[in-house]
Amino acid sequence: MDKIKLTIDNKEVEVAKGTTILDAAKQIGVHIPTLCHMKLHDMGIENKPGGCRVCVVEVEGRRNLAPACVTEAAAGMNINTHSIRVINARRTVTELIISDHPFECLTCAKSGECELQDLAHQMGIREIHFEGEKSVYREDTSPAIIRDMDKCIMCRRCEMMCNEVQTVGVLSAINRGFYAVVSPPFEQNLDHSVCTYCGQCVAVCPTGALTEVDHTPAVIRALSDPSKTVVVQTAPAVRAALGEEFGFEPGTLVTGKMVAALRRLGFNYVFDTDFAADLTIMEEGTEMLDRLSRHLNGDKTVKLPILTSCCPAWVKFFEHQFPDMKDIPSSAKSPQQMFGAIAKSYFAEKQNINRKDLVVVSVMPCLAKKYESSRDEFAVDGNPDVDFAISTRELAALIKLANIEFKALPEEDFDHPLGESTGAGVIFGTTGGVIEAAVRTAYELHTKKPLPKLNFDELRGMEGVREATIDFDGLPIRIGIAHGLGNARKLLEDIRSGKSHFHAIEIMSCPGGCIGGGGQPYHHGNSDILIKRQKAIYQEDSMKTLRKSHENPYIVKLYEEFLGHPMSDKAHHLLHTSYFDRSKHFEQED
Amino acid sequence: MKVKSLADLKKIKAEVQGKIKLREQGENADKIVQIKVAMATCGIASGAKEIMSYMIDELDFRGVDAIVSQTGCMGYCYAEPTIEVIVPGQSPVVYGFVNKEKAKEIIEKHIVKGELVDGIIPVTFKTIDE
Amino acid sequence: MAENKMHILVCGGTGCRASQSEQIVNNLKAELESQNLENDVRVLTTGCFGFCEKGPVVKVVPDNTFYTEVKPSDAIDIVNEHIVKGRPLQRLLYKNPKNNYKVTNTASIDFYKKQVRIALRNCGFVDPENIDEYIGRDGYEALGKCLSDYSPSEVIDIIKKSGLRGRGGGGFPTGLKWEITSKEKNDQKYVVCNADEGDPGAFMDRSILEGDPHSVIEAMAICGYCIGANKGLVYIRAEYPLAINRLKIALSQASEYGLLGNDIMGTGFDFDIEIRYGAGAFVCGEETALIHSMEGSRGEPTFKPPFPSVSGYLGKPTNVNNVETFANVPVIINKGAEWFSSIGSENSKGTKVFALAGKVNNVGLIEVPMGITLREVIFDIGGGIRNGKKFKAVQTGGPSGGCLTEKDLDIPIDYDNLIKAGSMMGSGGMIVMDEDDCMVSIAKFYLEFTLDESCGKCTPCRIGNKRLHEILDKITKGKGTEQDLERLKLLSNVIKDTSLCGLGQTSPNPVLSTLLNFEDEYLAHVREGKCPAGQCKDLLKYEIDPDLCTGCTLCYRNCPVGAISGEKKSVHYIDQSICIKCGVCFQKCKFKAISIV
Ligand SMILES: Cc1cc2nc3c(=O)[nH]c(=O)nc-3n(C[C@H](O)[C@H](O)[C@H](O)COP(=O)(O)O)c2cc1C
Ligand code: SF4
Ligand code: SF4
Ligand code: SF4
Ligand code: SF4
Ligand code: SF4
Ligand code: SF4
Ligand code: FES
Ligand code: FES
Repeated sequence: MDKIKLTIDNKEVEVAKGTTILDAAKQIGVHIPTLCHMKLHDMGIENKPGGCRVCVVEVEGRRNLAPACVTEAAAGMNINTHSIRVINARRTVTELIISDHPFECLTCAKSGECELQDLAHQMGIREIHFEGEKSVYREDTSPAIIRDMDKCIMCRRCEMMCNEVQTVGVLSAINRGFYAVVSPPFEQNLDHSVCTYCGQCVAVCPTGALTEVDHTPAVIRALSDPSKTVVVQTAPAVRAALGEEFGFEPGTLVTGKMVAALRRLGFNYVFDTDFAADLTIMEEGTEMLDRLSRHLNGDKTVKLPILTSCCPAWVKFFEHQFPDMKDIPSSAKSPQQMFGAIAKSYFAEKQNINRKDLVVVSVMPCLAKKYESSRDEFAVDGNPDVDFAISTRELAALIKLANIEFKALPEEDFDHPLGESTGAGVIFGTTGGVIEAAVRTAYELHTKKPLPKLNFDELRGMEGVREATIDFDGLPIRIGIAHGLGNARKLLEDIRSGKSHFHAIEIMSCPGGCIGGGGQPYHHGNSDILIKRQKAIYQEDSMKTLRKSHENPYIVKLYEEFLGHPMSDKAHHLLHTSYFDRSKHFEQED
Repeated sequence: MKVKSLADLKKIKAEVQGKIKLREQGENADKIVQIKVAMATCGIASGAKEIMSYMIDELDFRGVDAIVSQTGCMGYCYAEPTIEVIVPGQSPVVYGFVNKEKAKEIIEKHIVKGELVDGIIPVTFKTIDE
Repeated sequence: MAENKMHILVCGGTGCRASQSEQIVNNLKAELESQNLENDVRVLTTGCFGFCEKGPVVKVVPDNTFYTEVKPSDAIDIVNEHIVKGRPLQRLLYKNPKNNYKVTNTASIDFYKKQVRIALRNCGFVDPENIDEYIGRDGYEALGKCLSDYSPSEVIDIIKKSGLRGRGGGGFPTGLKWEITSKEKNDQKYVVCNADEGDPGAFMDRSILEGDPHSVIEAMAICGYCIGANKGLVYIRAEYPLAINRLKIALSQASEYGLLGNDIMGTGFDFDIEIRYGAGAFVCGEETALIHSMEGSRGEPTFKPPFPSVSGYLGKPTNVNNVETFANVPVIINKGAEWFSSIGSENSKGTKVFALAGKVNNVGLIEVPMGITLREVIFDIGGGIRNGKKFKAVQTGGPSGGCLTEKDLDIPIDYDNLIKAGSMMGSGGMIVMDEDDCMVSIAKFYLEFTLDESCGKCTPCRIGNKRLHEILDKITKGKGTEQDLERLKLLSNVIKDTSLCGLGQTSPNPVLSTLLNFEDEYLAHVREGKCPAGQCKDLLKYEIDPDLCTGCTLCYRNCPVGAISGEKKSVHYIDQSICIKCGVCFQKCKFKAISIV
């Protein structure tokens, strides 16, 4: 690759051609402040509208200042990243942004994690010299996400995520000049759009303009109601990220401390979504084998590939965008909803609690789960299977609120019966994990032989679309994996056009899978964090004694005592669902 | 109609140029000969219209570039039809009692060769433009 | 047989059509017919003459008589007087505002005297809806020559040698741009004509497309030949229905003649043109925004590089030129690079079309050689300042330009000189201001435009211009401070220095140049609370001079808010706390007893 030499702050640096000034400066340890720019470099995701102009630097011989994040370094450039002209411009630009921003840090969900706040601090802003009109917008609350566009700084990261990465196309800039803002089409609310609630916009928003709907007050209310039994389930990806909120290195597993904290918070039972993940594998794996063997026997009514269905944002995505294919995904509910259904039937009966007095709280890396739990079909007589879904971040906030010293907590174990899980359930938290878990079970059920090895490295990784062929004892099973809805779209289009050759496909909406979910601690554009979380997930799997869902003794017991067998009528009733065509949803309403 | 070559295009150009020649002449009025035919009631009565048509055809026939236009009564009703001939760089000349023969002579001698012809009305003429 | 003896050209430009020029055509035709003159006299509709303010314009050739402000009902008189009796119709002749003399001949009108029409050569001359007329004017000959006699690089050389620079604002050398695009290797390239024309008051591009659409089509094909593109796109604002219509007619005639389409003139070169409609935002004229808009995305600029020449429409190499730039091209090919470069100044060749407006006697569209002075434009072509007032400033370059003053009147107008003087060429807006104009309000006016047209993508333009405007507003309301002037300067410079696209990079120019040239006026606003030009309503005060007031009660009876009190025949008094500064009393008072202070 061609190399070029240039000078930054009197230091010479050699970089590859095509490197931006921002990256070139980084190489020699010169930090240039940025705001709109964001790069998840391992995932090929980059937002660089060059809009905020915070990163401007002085390039000798250039008429005006150059935005470092989009300007390519050129040979012989002489760059000053902090001349008086630059400092003055950068500070004025920051002041301008703040001059159109509400001063609400005290009550803002983003406070402490806010990149604008950090920038103001770094720029040493003490006074705003330009006062004037501020943008005011109607607040938009959906089942999962709150849009408070007064706080939007037009970095366009959400737009890039929603359009380019997720290809959902809900968010885009509208209006002009001072009144330009990012909005769903026709300035409708999010819940009037095809939004999947994947939460990726929230995950990247530098300010408090996009945040999750806060369920913590409701959880506190439930916990303080003596007439309620409150159980909590924690999704696999939570334990791999929660520690970050308490100063642990990214990728530190905090499963035991998390359980301890939940007990201290007053939950009556601390259960694990991983248990439900094992259950999902039983149902989904069986369904997969069933479809597969019927297909192999020449049954033309069977459609392949079978698609996973454990990600609610993905479910909503295909309901809007590919309704013609709604019979392809597995009918198995997501682990969250399987857990809720079992908790409010099997467990409630066991404990002799009326389902109305049992409150199921889930802790999720995910914002779509908030929406999922509110779907009508997941309630009995108006009583939802899952009452509240809080994010990893909300759990951290609760722990901090309760003054629990997280780091000092002992490691504790989940409660029984719904707290036991296998390694297969754990790896649900990362891209490739669901299908690996399914393969582990399906293989043994199909071949009736034990797996020679449990780690399927060919299914792991971070590339957006992956494929592998697994040998089911002579039967080659072709498997596809996509994370990020844009990647999912590619596979779906192949299926639609008949080009797909897969037997099974796993789809996760979030880049990296649930470890990169919209409810996780903010990664602030650092994709190393996601990779470390993924490692932690596989680490937890490898530490487990049981690593195949069908070996989970409590799952076996659940079938014996309650469900019968996978895909039984009861299992169907409780653990499976059906999908809706939402493609015309909004045209009808408007 | 399809233009199949540059030569085709030039053919069309030659055909259609006549349609706009008048305007191009108008634009370059100061560089070509102008003939103004007095066309007030008195002039029309005395046959100015025919003279005008005759001159246009005759000039066209000889391929002489000149603007033939009409003007109001020049005030020499006794000598109608009158025409004014303006050769670039020379002062205007007014002829009286112009009939076809006279017109032909004016074209042949005055306009083509630059020799004055009999029948000039001695005037110092002013146009409105000045 | 000889052609018609006379032609009556009726302007069919947007301006004149708005005042019923179509009806004039119909009436003329009907009248000629009733006099059996339809074979002698041809009536045709042309494009804009540039003199729209005095429209509808009618011209009779070959005698070049120029009628202005013609009404449909005048058609009968034109035929009877001019055509039949041969006398110019006195009452419709243009009156020289300097001496009130009537002028018959177009060539003698000040407005046209110093003009050199290259880009506008056919506007007001040919019938734009008839391709034959264009061909008669050497139309498509340049394309034919290029395709059969020259290689693409030879044509590019001609354009380079001619010194033609982009007329869309930036002034980038056109030949060089073509060369860059031609050198890109790609199986698909595009030629884009920028007809977005968002500069308020500028309408040269519209006029060219209305009056001479073929010249743009021909030039685009030539460009396509040079850069290796066979697809052209015209991005035109949807608010230009007439231009769109004429362009459509021209495109279909050109295709019919085989001058567009496959194997043009038997040379194997294919070229086609499509029309794309613009949303009408100023910023969509910026080339990257324009391309995004054509692609169906939000019309918003993106950082350059990459330039469109490298990665443009659909990521393909795309050559974007302005309408007026294109309109020059066929003439350059036909008459040669030397001819073109003999016109104009050292570094700016040829002519530029300006939309002259404001407080001059003659306003309209003019085409002048580069290097002409502002003085010649304003005082000769423009006929000087209206109503004998004093010249104060001229804004060139539209909202991106700056105000130039008396001291700049003698600099030769070209790209570089205007920038040196603190303004710019822009797309050719030129607004003249007189002593009655308040320069703070002028700066505010331009900024209002920018505010509306900014795309909002980058901070300095989105919020910075808003703040600038707020400060200016404060000053015009008498609430500004001297600190605000400092703030204006600081903010203006940062906005220029940090904005993403040309809009923001130039939007503070009106503020900076008025601050520079008219600081005293700003100071009067902030220090004394006075608007020297008497334009800022909030700073005005109407007062009655007790010595002159006769107590006639006229003002009292006319004041809409009852701010005036006083008995009959005794001195009246204005209550300033009630007065809304409508100025009615001032106009009504017969004794000049009321004054503005
Ligand atoms: C805010 C802004 C608005 C512009 N508007 C126009 C326009 O209306 N028409 C135009 O031709 N060029 C416009 N331009 C310039 C174009 O970006 C581009 O430079 C031009 O079309 C190139 O053509 P030229 O080289 O022939 O001038 C604008 C530029 C900016 C920054
Ligand atoms: S978004 Fe950031 S700066 Fe704005 S109120 Fe919230 S914490 Fe404060
Ligand atoms: S939640 Fe996902 S789909 Fe919805 S707006 Fe945000 S990014 Fe788009
Ligand atoms: S909502 Fe957030 S992510 Fe989206 S543009 Fe505004 S500040 Fe950026
Ligand atoms: S990938 Fe996981 S975190 Fe993301 S939307 Fe799907 S279930 Fe939620
Ligand atoms: S300078 Fe203005 S118009 Fe240009 S990109 Fe920035 S906000 Fe948009
Ligand atoms: S300016 Fe208008 S409102 Fe004021 S006193 Fe005169 S008439 Fe009344
Ligand atoms: S970080 Fe570079 S423009 Fe925003
Ligand atoms: S529109 Fe008629 S002169 Fe311009």
